[in-house]
Amino acid sequence: MGASRWSEASAVAFAVGAYGLSYGVLATAAGLSPLVATLSSLLVLAGGSQFAFVAVLAAGGAPLTGAVGGLLLNVRYAAFGLAIAQVLPRAPLPRRLVDGYIVVDESVALALGAAGRGEPPEAVTARFRLVGYAVAASWIGMTALGAYGGRLIGDPEVYGLDAAFPAGFLALLAPWLRTPAGRRAAAAGALLAVVLTPIAPPGVPLLAAAFGALASYGAPPPRSPTPRSPDVPELP
Amino acid sequence: MTTTTIALLVLAGGTYAMKAAGPVLAAGRELPPVLARAADLLPAALLAALVATQTLASGTAVVLDARAVGVAVAAIAVWRGAPFGLVVVLGAGVTALARLAGVA
Repeated sequence: MGASRWSEASAVAFAVGAYGLSYGVLATAAGLSPLVATLSSLLVLAGGSQFAFVAVLAAGGAPLTGAVGGLLLNVRYAAFGLAIAQVLPRAPLPRRLVDGYIVVDESVALALGAAGRGEPPEAVTARFRLVGYAVAASWIGMTALGAYGGRLIGDPEVYGLDAAFPAGFLALLAPWLRTPAGRRAAAAGALLAVVLTPIAPPGVPLLAAAFGALASYGAPPPRSPTPRSPDVPELP
Repeated sequence: MTTTTIALLVLAGGTYAMKAAGPVLAAGRELPPVLARAADLLPAALLAALVATQTLASGTAVVLDARAVGVAVAAIAVWRGAPFGLVVVLGAGVTALARLAGVA
């Protein structure tokens, strides 16, 4: 299991690094100094919102507008943090503060995916932290490389890396798709997000999708109730 | 400090507060059953939403492009029980090939 955790973390770090590199290039092109660009990755550690922020700067918008847009995009991390908190142990405060820092899409998704496969909470916690540290190191380091190294790099979309993330998230979703309640929550979440994409500000669709988890509440109870633990979704 | 630096600090501080709220305040605590059930299904709704938006959204537009081809192949791989790494490589590789072949 340890080996699979490391290979998973390095694969994620590689893909995240490619985006970190392009963020570093874009951020300096938008007017941030290489040092500020690198610090922004260290302090924010949420790629989508950082891209949104520098996109506003590049378009000549007010920096605070960019910050508000980025924050809206990151509201989902409150939900992600709550979801992963169900698996994390009640550790000392400094540890929990670090755990909060490494709440990113990849660390939470991979950890919850493992929980969905029935992995015990200690292993899920170890996975969350390993992927979180790998993503942080890769994102910050590659931002620095892109910011200081200039425009030597191609567009990550040429390699289809933008599709690597949804493909991976789909693989992680699989355990939930085997239960009726999971299927309803997934369908409602996807539908809400897609329907809201053209009409709501960026970030709101993903936030609203959290309410998809409520889609199973009005439904009749499953025919064969399965025992469930508080932190691990039902296995098929 | 420039307004850009201040804006970045606002973004960093707000983002950290939202990320850390769950791990700092709720880790290792039993949630009430209703909330616990929602927290169980929350990942399903959020993962599905991430899949849908990262496949179909382009800014605020909903589009069908090369990503949909790659993710569709990845979906078949998931359905056939392929390992995580293979699913990701297929999703990215098929998308790259579709772009090479001229799919938007």
